[in-house]
Amino acid sequence: MNISTPMIVMIAAFGLFGVGLYCLLLTRNLIRVVVGLQIMVKGAMLALIFVGQMRGQPSLGQSMALTVIVADTIVAVVGLALAVQVKRSVGSLDIADISKLKR
Amino acid sequence: MLHVIILLGILICAFQAVRDKRLLVSAIWLAGTSALVAIMMYLLGAYQIAVIELSVGAGLVTVLFVFAINIAGDEPIPNLSFIPKWLARILAIVAILLIGWQILPLLNLPIGLNQDAGFQKMVWEVRKADLYLQVVMIFAGVVSMLRLLTDEYHIRVLHKEVQE
Repeated sequence: MNISTPMIVMIAAFGLFGVGLYCLLLTRNLIRVVVGLQIMVKGAMLALIFVGQMRGQPSLGQSMALTVIVADTIVAVVGLALAVQVKRSVGSLDIADISKLKR
Repeated sequence: MLHVIILLGILICAFQAVRDKRLLVSAIWLAGTSALVAIMMYLLGAYQIAVIELSVGAGLVTVLFVFAINIAGDEPIPNLSFIPKWLARILAIVAILLIGWQILPLLNLPIGLNQDAGFQKMVWEVRKADLYLQVVMIFAGVVSMLRLLTDEYHIRVLHKEVQE
């Protein structure tokens, strides 16, 4: 079976999105939530670049991917710093323990 | 053939990053995913983005993960999720199908040729607002990280010193 490059890139983008979403749905660890988000965003970046190429506007897709990389890194930085602070104040990284705070 | 090998590598690394029980090993698998995604971007012709993804995604973010895991510790959390695994798998597959159903027909629309302004012009002139937004985001990230990683005790000590 001959698989074309567009199909391979779309499988990679959708696969990364699915794996990231699966991680977000299952995990209870705060740091692993950031890992799941990172994986999802990598799929979105790949899709942006690929669709830019397909539509004849590669620069537009690439510039949007650049913005996504910066935003994604800031999300990781703030998310990890929050996880560290939660661990210091609550003593756990478990989401179930943090949700007890609202009671 | 090279594309297929990279695709398999990306999916295996991503799945291992989710599946591995040790956080530090997960961070290494995530760095591998980033590196392979950067290679895929390079093969697609996005050379600048591939370099940025390799340095930021596989380098900076991995260092941040290792730093955070060292401070917070790799505590074992019981493997009991809020929803069953089979439901999570079904939801992930349904989400992929829904996005594919929405996006794939758009690729068949007529292609606007000769509209590409070039990467440098697009970043520095056409999408200038994005550039300013990125600068603001970077400053916001640095400030919030400094505030969040600093101990409350040290902030109070510093405040007293300033008052004196």
